[in-house]
Amino acid sequence: MLEIKNLHVKLEEEDKQILKGVDLTVEAGKVHAIMGPNGSGKSTLSYVLSGRAGYEVTEGSATLGGEDILDMEPEERAAAGLFLAFQYPVEIPGVGNMTFLRTAVNAQRKARGEDELSAGDFLKVVRERAKALEIDADMLKRPVNVGFSGGEKKRNEILQMAMLEPKMCILDETDSGLDVDAMKLVADGVNALRDEGRGFLVITHYQRLLDHIKPDVVHIMSNGRIIKTGGPELALEVEKNGYADMKAEVA
Amino acid sequence: MTAATERKQALLQRRQDATDARIAALGAVPGAGWQARPRAEALARLRAMGLPQPRDEYWKWTRPETLTQPEAPTAATFDAQTAPTYDAIDRLTLAFVDGVFDAEASDPLELEGIEIERLATSEADIHWAQDLYGALETNGQTPVERPLAALNSAYATDGILIRVTGKPSKPVNIVYHHRDDSSDACLHHVIRVEPGAALTLLENGPAAARFNQVIEVDVADTGAFHHIRTQGRDHERRAATHIFARVGQESLFKSFTLTANGVLTRNEAVIDIIGDDASAHIAGAALGDGDFLHDDTVFITHGALNGESRQVFKKVLRNGAQGIFQGKILVKPGAQKTDGYQISQSLLLDEASQFLAKPELEIYADDVACSHGSTSGAIDETALFYLRSRGIPEPIAQNLMVLAFVAEAIQEIDDEIIAAEILAQLEGWLARRQR
Repeated sequence: MLEIKNLHVKLEEEDKQILKGVDLTVEAGKVHAIMGPNGSGKSTLSYVLSGRAGYEVTEGSATLGGEDILDMEPEERAAAGLFLAFQYPVEIPGVGNMTFLRTAVNAQRKARGEDELSAGDFLKVVRERAKALEIDADMLKRPVNVGFSGGEKKRNEILQMAMLEPKMCILDETDSGLDVDAMKLVADGVNALRDEGRGFLVITHYQRLLDHIKPDVVHIMSNGRIIKTGGPELALEVEKNGYADMKAEVA
Repeated sequence: MTAATERKQALLQRRQDATDARIAALGAVPGAGWQARPRAEALARLRAMGLPQPRDEYWKWTRPETLTQPEAPTAATFDAQTAPTYDAIDRLTLAFVDGVFDAEASDPLELEGIEIERLATSEADIHWAQDLYGALETNGQTPVERPLAALNSAYATDGILIRVTGKPSKPVNIVYHHRDDSSDACLHHVIRVEPGAALTLLENGPAAARFNQVIEVDVADTGAFHHIRTQGRDHERRAATHIFARVGQESLFKSFTLTANGVLTRNEAVIDIIGDDASAHIAGAALGDGDFLHDDTVFITHGALNGESRQVFKKVLRNGAQGIFQGKILVKPGAQKTDGYQISQSLLLDEASQFLAKPELEIYADDVACSHGSTSGAIDETALFYLRSRGIPEPIAQNLMVLAFVAEAIQEIDDEIIAAEILAQLEGWLARRQR
């Protein structure tokens, strides 16, 4: 599904290398987790994959379903099936959440040569999926993320994911700023989307999210590289011993 | 003589010459009967003030020459089938073509709840409008002079006089057509809203190659006046408009203007709140692309208790378009509990565009809440990326952001159908420019 090979990335504005050769393959139907200390390059990886400006790929490749995504515009990547749940969802005053969702869904359908959803059909689907995430009519009416609590913003991300039905979902520290109940709600939303045709890449600092979203593969990232890959037990090891031991192993 | 004195004298001379030349070109002051006196007085005011000059403080950002020179600069007409029509709204339509009343395209001047008549055909000796015509304009000449309005009061060739005595079942819609490349229109409307009465006035269209317009609105106690104006889609037209409003106790005055295109637009509004518990809102959305200068100059005076005023102005500027805002709230001594709000913002879609703003507050009462803000910025790149990351193509994402930016001004329109029509026009303007 998602295939990253020898990816090197530096900041556009300064000569600072962030990713120094990342290799990673996420298969359809699988959940991969990336853990790692602050500054290891986890979030940069998610931004580079989704097409945010400010980064320069100096070497390597990233493909989604065999298609090179690094040359695509952000909206083309989305239409190709990539979705990033932001660590800090953006507030957009004046743009209604519902308008935003409908515009996004229909833009993607159009890009894929499908018919746009009618207002009625759209409304039916969005209500049903919002309900599962305990997103009420008021949150749908309000401007995108404006005045939302941390938990509401994250649930709104998952709603977008549910509406857009991407092939490959990247969750960037979706657990940050969530209490236990909110985390469970978000995790349930993600688990409901688990499907054999869909891949997940879950970026997190902590093991606790992985109690709810059970990964198939866990990667440890440090200093711009994946330094260790294993099963779910790797996350537990990090929880117990921190990253220091692993870094020492590699060094 | 010192150099400074010489310069001052030269400026005075230029002003005098410009004023004389314009008056000579305009010829005799029209109007008879009750109009003779206010028009003669207006001419005297104009002579005393002289026409605005480029060095004047009040005109430092908008060059007045093309508005003051004797000949109107030519402006190509623009055939816009998609121009606003308010088709969905039942209304009393009055049409002007290049400033000349078009009886055939107009409805009969009859509507229950209002007395309505043309300025050009109301020359009896006594008329309800005689106490208002030029009077609100005169009040609005202090503390800042507005010579183009005095010129209008003297030389207006026509206009609509409306006395609102009830609550008419539909709005009055004045439609302006521009069909002559060199037309120079000068219209003056007077509206008196009697106690407890209410009127919605719609105006749309570009009027002429050059348009000088004055609207005097007197809203009596507990009256309500809603005004929604769109200034057409012509690119080359010029306009200098003035609204002079007097707002009585527990009354409501609301005015919204959409300006899309036009090389030069100066919309002045002078609003005087004289009764307690009154509200005055003035809002505008301006969309400029290229050769476009749009100037909102607003002066709101609070002279009574518990007054509320709002100024909401949004400008979207691209390809070197220019936006100007000069807005003032004056709270007189004793006008306690005044709530004044003013916001002027521009969204600059490129670096060539420019927004200049001068927000002012002058407060002589101690128990008031007044705020003003002015911002100028580009599209928020983070928000744009967020929208694009969800699959929304950049041009559509940008349009969403523009509409969001303008939304606060559109929200000032109470009527949902009219607001939807204005929004549709905005969307049309954006869609025509979508890359």
